[in-house]
Amino acid sequence: MGSILSVKNLAKIYKSGSNTLTVLQHIDFDIEEKSTVAIVGPSGSGKTTLLGLCAGLDRASSGDVILNNINLNNLNEDERAWIRNQHVGFIFQNFQLLSTLTALENVMVPLELRGASNIKEKAMELLEKVGLQDRASHYPSQLSGGEQQRISLARAFSNSPKILFADEPTGNLDTETGERVEKLLFDLNREAGTTLVLVTHDLELAARTQRVIRLKGGKLLDNAE
Amino acid sequence: MQNNDKVSYTTKTNFWWILKMALRDSRKNKSRLLLFISSIVLGIASMVAISSFSDNLKKDIDQQAAELIGADLVVDSRKELSESAQHLIDSIKSISIASAEEKSFASMALFEKSGGSRLVDIRALGGNFPFYGKLETIPESAESSFRSGKNALVDKTLMLQFNAEVGDQVVIGTQKFTIAGTLTNAPGQSGISSSVAPAIFIPLEYLESTGLLQKGSRVSYNFYYQFPKTTDVDNIVEKLDAPFELEGLDGETIQMRKESTGRSFDDLTGFLSLVGFVALLLGCIGVSSAIQIYIREKLNSIAVLRCLGVSSRQAFLIFLIQVAGIGLIGSVLGAALGVLIQQLLPVVLQDLLPVAVSNDLSVIAILKGIALGVFISILFALLPLIGIHRISPLNTLRLSYEENDGPKNKYKTLVYGLIVLFILLFARMQLDSWFQTLAFTAGVLLGFLILYGVSLLLVKMVKRYFPHSWSYLWRQGLSNLYRPNNQTVIMVMAIGLGTAFIATLFFVKALLISQLSFSASSNQPNMVLFDIQSSQKQKVLDLVNKENLPVIQEVPIVTIQLETINGYNEATVRKDSTLGLSVRSFGRELRVTYRDSIISSEKITDGVWIGEVGKGDTARVSLEKEYAQRAGLKIGDRLVYNVQGLMVPTIVGSFREVDWNRVQTNFRVVFPKGVIDDAPQFHVIMTKTPNSEISAAFQLAVVQRFPTVSIIDLNLILTILDEILSKIGFVIQFMAALSILTGIIVLIASVMISKYQRVRESVLLRTMGASRKQILTIAAMEYLFLGTLAASTGIVIALLSSWALAIFSFELPFVPDILLIIGLFVGVSALTVIIGIFNSTALLNRTPLEVLRKED
Repeated sequence: MGSILSVKNLAKIYKSGSNTLTVLQHIDFDIEEKSTVAIVGPSGSGKTTLLGLCAGLDRASSGDVILNNINLNNLNEDERAWIRNQHVGFIFQNFQLLSTLTALENVMVPLELRGASNIKEKAMELLEKVGLQDRASHYPSQLSGGEQQRISLARAFSNSPKILFADEPTGNLDTETGERVEKLLFDLNREAGTTLVLVTHDLELAARTQRVIRLKGGKLLDNAE
Repeated sequence: MQNNDKVSYTTKTNFWWILKMALRDSRKNKSRLLLFISSIVLGIASMVAISSFSDNLKKDIDQQAAELIGADLVVDSRKELSESAQHLIDSIKSISIASAEEKSFASMALFEKSGGSRLVDIRALGGNFPFYGKLETIPESAESSFRSGKNALVDKTLMLQFNAEVGDQVVIGTQKFTIAGTLTNAPGQSGISSSVAPAIFIPLEYLESTGLLQKGSRVSYNFYYQFPKTTDVDNIVEKLDAPFELEGLDGETIQMRKESTGRSFDDLTGFLSLVGFVALLLGCIGVSSAIQIYIREKLNSIAVLRCLGVSSRQAFLIFLIQVAGIGLIGSVLGAALGVLIQQLLPVVLQDLLPVAVSNDLSVIAILKGIALGVFISILFALLPLIGIHRISPLNTLRLSYEENDGPKNKYKTLVYGLIVLFILLFARMQLDSWFQTLAFTAGVLLGFLILYGVSLLLVKMVKRYFPHSWSYLWRQGLSNLYRPNNQTVIMVMAIGLGTAFIATLFFVKALLISQLSFSASSNQPNMVLFDIQSSQKQKVLDLVNKENLPVIQEVPIVTIQLETINGYNEATVRKDSTLGLSVRSFGRELRVTYRDSIISSEKITDGVWIGEVGKGDTARVSLEKEYAQRAGLKIGDRLVYNVQGLMVPTIVGSFREVDWNRVQTNFRVVFPKGVIDDAPQFHVIMTKTPNSEISAAFQLAVVQRFPTVSIIDLNLILTILDEILSKIGFVIQFMAALSILTGIIVLIASVMISKYQRVRESVLLRTMGASRKQILTIAAMEYLFLGTLAASTGIVIALLSSWALAIFSFELPFVPDILLIIGLFVGVSALTVIIGIFNSTALLNRTPLEVLRKED
């Protein structure tokens, strides 16, 4: 199977006046299509920054991120937005649902952006999969944390992404709800055949992935299979 | 690797999706968005109201212009016609199909039944004037019946004042006239003009017998003509321009009246539009600030959308559409309110207007108002909307909103430029000249800049000299002024501008009223008796003394004309423009006096005043400085005056500065004693009556004994002036009130927005045990600092502008009223605090959990 994400000699350096802060350096790895990968490391090790760079949310200081054969560093922000819409799904620790949209509308947005057809039916199908079809017309503020994250899962899978990035997907949930969301995430991922890259502190969650990438002080420790 | 060049990075989304997202996004923010738009509603309302009123006024002036003047052509002269002038008048008559003649002048009228008398405008009419429109009378038949006997039409204000009825007698000069009817309207007459100088029409044939036409009387001679429809009257007047000027005649056609009336009301509506425009600008700054906060709050949503693949352009458009939408709703609401206000304007202004103004809806004004509202909302909202480009999807992972100096700041500069250009062009459309336009724009920008600078300075000073020793509540309230998402700048601008506006109005009004009161104060005369013949002078003085009234001034007046300047007569000056002399100085009747000293309202600025002419010397006259400048005269110039047939040589001896605002007889030319003392003259006597009863009794005594003597009752004039000022002031205050209301709405909106900003913090404080009182105290402190600063800055701006108006426009000394300043300061500060506390109270009535969940 080929590589869906290839990271080459990646570095991210922040400059503030005369001070420089190196958050990431010498990062090299490849992620195979349909695989599941966890990025772990202590706080401040650069996990979230790495996720942001891989997903095209930010631009690297040097090195390359090649997603689905496209070098993201050569693209401007609007072009990267297009790539995200076409190939990428997101799950965030704090759910990041659009507060002014209903659950159903939140799921519909990526499809609408693509100009897909039968959007409402597809979105309802996904809500059914996450068990929230009866909450379709609710606004995020009317849902519990677990429910919000399940809506977020439905939204992430709605555009049938090639790769899904999850940032501490259960970090804001209690253990029981977290486990249910975790199961749902892996089930949906398996069903859709999507590559999953997740950032977590939770080593149990990381253990459920096929591969773990460890970071410390902005550098790669090893790539444990 | 895929070649990036071959990828088409375009989304399939179209405008409809963006529109849908805009609607979805605004759905849960309706109340807040409505709050934003309320800032522009009143501005648009005033613009639409004024613009519709102006359109109707123009249309009505056009339609009623003929009735405004009553004839196709009016020729008037301020002096008795010379033979050649009479010939000219006759020649015009020969080509007309109808003509009429009128002599009008000010004189006393005595109402026999009530014994009341008053200075009126006597209009002695011969012929069937008006040819268009009519003299509106009660009964209607009086319009024609008064012409056929010794009858009079008396203005309704006089009929009311003296409780007169049709059939009563009115004494004019030495004759009694029967009141044939009440005059309710005459061509070109407005409510105000009739209360200043109420008219009495009498037939021309009886004028002579009144004995009022005497040498030196100020009579206006009017000749009215009607021409066949095919005649180009304007062309006739154009051709007669030169002979008219030569004879001192003035011609006015329907078209000319239309233009001059339109022009004077253009000034009024232009001024009112500008007042409305300032309200709109203020509202737009409110919108801009509100949108900025709104976008900040939407930071996360925008970042999520960007994560999901929305381009920066699409995100920008989603919010731009919302702004355009709220701008449209606000403008439509404003236009609807404007239409309602427009119904009121003609009612309020009717007395000032020469035509009946209709209430028709002006579709153009409404559409223009709505377009302006949408445009200006977008223009001002662009400033915060540009920031959307900077919002990175990375914010979904780490929230940050960093200002940068990147290329987007160029757009900001461009938008600022567009705003200034827009203000400039809009002001130009309302004002006559570029100078006024630049002055207005600079004034507005300066006002905004001062307030902006002061608010920034406040933030800086509070940060720098923060009083760490103060109690927690005070410190918390004070620190809210500079903490992130503070509302200091917008609130100081909104409250400050509103205060500056209302304070300027109050100061100017107080200034004018104090000037009037000064005139009516104890040491100033309040009654002027004029047209007193030399033979009557002593008797009138005796009467004044008999009534125990003081003679404050007694002035002889001689009517003269300028014949030559340094030997050059009018014809020479007309031919030789290099002489630098004004042709207009010649041929005009001048009313001059003679005395041995200068008086308190005068000051010699150049030359020497010599009060008496020695035997064989040439008289050295003193000229009013500005008059001399206009005429091109210098000290030492030799002037020959025609003193009723006698040529009197003089030398310009001095220039005087004259305070025309004083209630005194002031003159352009003053002769020393010993030159024109024996010339035919009349006299003016000034006195002061202690109350209206004595004033009325004295007037009656004078009119009964000296029917040809006229009296100006300054108290009456003051009352009328006060009435006029109140009416004009009401309209200006109404428009200013819209600005102030806008200021208050922006203030409420700002406070409510800051409430959203402070909600979490307040809830957190409450969770930690802060009492309701403590939270309200923090809010009160913050708004007290804001209110006091904004109010004091606004008042300082108002003091500066009022001082400038007083000195340069009204030419009066400016002494601000301390009580007024204190009142405004306390009032505005208190209002700010009350609104602030009121909003915070609304917040405290909800449970912390409810608030936090809603905010998620």
